[in-house]
Amino acid sequence: MTSLLRRGPHQPLEAERHVMADRTTEEDPTRARRFRDTALPHLDAVYTLARYLLRDPSDADDAVQECYLRALRHFDTLRGNDVKPWLFAILRNVCWVEYGRRSRVLLYDVNAEPDKSEDAIPMWREAQDTPETEMLRKLDAETIQGLVAALPDVFREVIVLREIEDMSYREIAEIVGTPVGTVMSRLARGRAMLREAWLKTEFQAGEKAEQVRKREEQFK
Amino acid sequence: MICEETLLHALVDSELDAGHAREVEGHVASCGRCAAQLRDYRGIHEALSAPGTRYRAPESLRQRIEGALPTATERRPRAVAPGRRRLLKGFAMGSAMSTALAACLLLFVVHTQEDQRIVGDVVSAHLRSLQGNHLIDVQSTDQHTVKPWFNGRLDVAPPVVDLTSQGFTLIGGRLDYIDGRPVAAIVYKRRLHVINLFVSQSAGSESRATMEKLQGFTVWSWAWSDLNFRAVSDINPVELQEFGDKLKSAVQNGSS
Repeated sequence: MTSLLRRGPHQPLEAERHVMADRTTEEDPTRARRFRDTALPHLDAVYTLARYLLRDPSDADDAVQECYLRALRHFDTLRGNDVKPWLFAILRNVCWVEYGRRSRVLLYDVNAEPDKSEDAIPMWREAQDTPETEMLRKLDAETIQGLVAALPDVFREVIVLREIEDMSYREIAEIVGTPVGTVMSRLARGRAMLREAWLKTEFQAGEKAEQVRKREEQFK
Repeated sequence: MICEETLLHALVDSELDAGHAREVEGHVASCGRCAAQLRDYRGIHEALSAPGTRYRAPESLRQRIEGALPTATERRPRAVAPGRRRLLKGFAMGSAMSTALAACLLLFVVHTQEDQRIVGDVVSAHLRSLQGNHLIDVQSTDQHTVKPWFNGRLDVAPPVVDLTSQGFTLIGGRLDYIDGRPVAAIVYKRRLHVINLFVSQSAGSESRATMEKLQGFTVWSWAWSDLNFRAVSDINPVELQEFGDKLKSAVQNGSS
């Protein structure tokens, strides 16, 4: 998995080739400075998205670098102050498209996926062993990261963009390239799936605690 | 109103206008199932938007990206002095000097070249801050407001000292870039003159304060306890020296 985005020794990344070809414009120092001041402050946010989309630190590294190279090249296409969604859209493209193209593994196009499979996921199931008045138990950040990472691509990207990157429905629709309605239904299903996984984790944690308690009793 | 799940989510995400929000809230108040959903989804929303779920880009990645960017400063030293590579080559090719001497000299040249470049960068950053509408990100005369603002934005916690009583008014802070790295810029005013104080991580050792003039600006530099301080302004050098001295004693006495 780790080498999917890595380039071979004689295979420069597309964006790098462009940079090489466009030396004259790319080397304009004021433009580069403007780019640096505009785009670099969002590095952590872009990296966070990459980590969740690709689920691998070194792939995320490569994807983010490629994203910034492309962003620099297309810096003139940026309109207004929406730098973050603009960077996210580029990164998302790098992650999904680049992955699909470079790997031999067949990856489905997340946008072309029929909505049927989305319907197959139950939206809301009553929690059987927790009374309705009880809140979800708090989980530590690492466990939460794991739960999000386990979501299927289509739901994961929407969940991360909304919950962690704080993008609005309209911004998500633009980044992902779908109507707002689709964003809303994916978000609803994504959260329902997260809640299921959440309850399961709680249940397992509870069971483990029970086992520990029993074992301790045996030694008394 | 029937139970409509996407509306609950829209409520959690503050995407509903006031009228619809009231309507949905009204429904939730009378529907136990929707109330339970809303509570859980709010819980998930809060847990996920906590800072712990985010990642920090590794420093090596930041450097690789910055390294790939053409910089304005990269070319300047090359125009005034031969590049480091050419210097190295020169030494390697048949120089009679001993290796040790060459190394010392090279270090010296590279070092001063670097300093010169950074002083140039400091002046450009100062100019930039005055030209655009971007002198201050956090506007406050209170050091206890300015200092915490830098938390999480930088890998250093810059000391912010209030020198108002000594004739230099603290007016705020912002994030800036020197030598391709994010630094804290703390902004002071002396009459109508702006003083930008840049604080960044230093390689270590303490250094004596130095003053330099460039393009009509004065740059005061000082390193202390892993931090680099560089103040730049168009006020006269005597006053900047005074600023530097006051800052120095305040920082050393830990009054930040």
